[in-house]
Amino acid sequence: MDKGPILEVEKLNIRFNTPVGVVHAVRDVSFTMGREKLAIVGESGSGKSQTGRAILGLTPGKVTAQKLAFHGQTLLDLTPQQWREIRGKRIAMVMQDPKYSLNPVMTIGDQLLEAARGIKEGAAARQHALGMLAAVRIRDPERVYRAWPHELSGGMGQRAMIAMMLMAEPELLIADEPTSALDVTVRLQVLAILDDLVKTRHMGLIFISHDLNLVRTFCDRVLVMYAGQVLERLTASELEQAKHPYTRGLLVCPPEIDHRRARLPVLQRDPSWMEPVQP
Amino acid sequence: MIEIENLSISFGHGADQVDAVKNVGFSVAPGESYGLVGESGSGKSTILRALAGLNPFWSGHMAIAGQKLTAERPRALRRLVQMVFQDPFGSLHPKHTVDRILSEPLAIHGFDDVETRVRAALERVGLGPAFRFRYPHQLSGGQRQRVAIARALILEPKVVLLDEPTSALDVSIQAEVLNLLTDLRQQLGLTYVLVSHDLGVVAHMCARLSIMRTGEVVEIASADDLSEGRLLHAYSRQLLIASRGYDTQAIAAFGDF
Repeated sequence: MDKGPILEVEKLNIRFNTPVGVVHAVRDVSFTMGREKLAIVGESGSGKSQTGRAILGLTPGKVTAQKLAFHGQTLLDLTPQQWREIRGKRIAMVMQDPKYSLNPVMTIGDQLLEAARGIKEGAAARQHALGMLAAVRIRDPERVYRAWPHELSGGMGQRAMIAMMLMAEPELLIADEPTSALDVTVRLQVLAILDDLVKTRHMGLIFISHDLNLVRTFCDRVLVMYAGQVLERLTASELEQAKHPYTRGLLVCPPEIDHRRARLPVLQRDPSWMEPVQP
Repeated sequence: MIEIENLSISFGHGADQVDAVKNVGFSVAPGESYGLVGESGSGKSTILRALAGLNPFWSGHMAIAGQKLTAERPRALRRLVQMVFQDPFGSLHPKHTVDRILSEPLAIHGFDDVETRVRAALERVGLGPAFRFRYPHQLSGGQRQRVAIARALILEPKVVLLDEPTSALDVSIQAEVLNLLTDLRQQLGLTYVLVSHDLGVVAHMCARLSIMRTGEVVEIASADDLSEGRLLHAYSRQLLIASRGYDTQAIAAFGDF
């Protein structure tokens, strides 16, 4: 098996032209990842989702980078044909909310088959689809295969969407807040499915989240983003030893069940966090 | 301050009838903050909407400040119970300025001195007078939720119903809004009923809580019971474990409730 990095990102920048001037949403983001669970964490507007989208060429902003390579192949100047070979097949993306991301006028089965078009056809594709639904622990794959999106609960819809993304057996899965619309217990069950898939299929997973405490227990490595930059890089298990005041602030401000405080600490934002980070 | 006994709420008829709330009862003392926790579909928001008077189709007994609630609710009683909704993007009128959003309830309830009250309300939630003539789209999520809180408080209510007031906000902004709610309850002697799926938020804000599942209260616990793990029902214990983060072994042991 290929031991090299799956994805290499060097000095990724994303800019948006707006009526009030250029918004520099992602600034000099660099990282390299292999077959692991990498978290990109940050608050709304930190540029974490745009970073994930840029990898698939899906951001409406202007993307520049010194290097953006998938298995050594650059993703910066692909033709639409070349994109079709990668998007959904070798790199797939799971969105936040199954309510808006599934096609409401197609059955789950048809959407699964569509995801495998050009790879598997006919009865083989159907068997594969049922197998994928079983792999995301849907108990009655035949029923869900025939179901319409509105007939499924949120957790079930999210599992069906993950099954769809896996139809083509991608090497890299980008999950943008894949569980924040779900109840806590269902959330953990969906994470367990992703965890198994990373282990058994040797996938890479980019997990975009605002929840530092979830990431601490689920991922291998964490990039903390603020105002478009990576402020700190940490091993997930060593998150407690974070040095940057922003990361430390994010860790202490959520209310805790075991450790109740009269008042919650509030993040004091320092203007110096906006300045370019020295590599 | 709030008494609820045998409250049942159902939607639909015949075979399609859904019993969203089944024989629920709890009471909240004046100045207390009470939590309703549960996953989606557990009926927690449905109870809140009935208390607020947004759904008159319920059965059982409910009373606020000693006054029995009926389907018809006098204006003076409506004033005493105000609500803050989950989504600060959906709950403020996009084409009304903050000034109009805050003045409208005053006009409806015949308050005088609108100008002073609007200024004071903004001051109270930590927004300066500069915010008074802005539109919602010119505010961040946290600022919008502060406006929603100001709108609830401007009528000088006794009871504030909070429906997931911080679940749409970043954790750093959540901390600011929860601190504000804590301060306001102390300063104004308010009674809160807080609905949340987040056990951490409820344990922080409320001394007592009901844990709900499919329309029923499975357990009434204190915040100390939560932090010391003294929960009796298997479902509540599973909810507590799930709130502590990702753990493969714990997840494998999850039951279906």
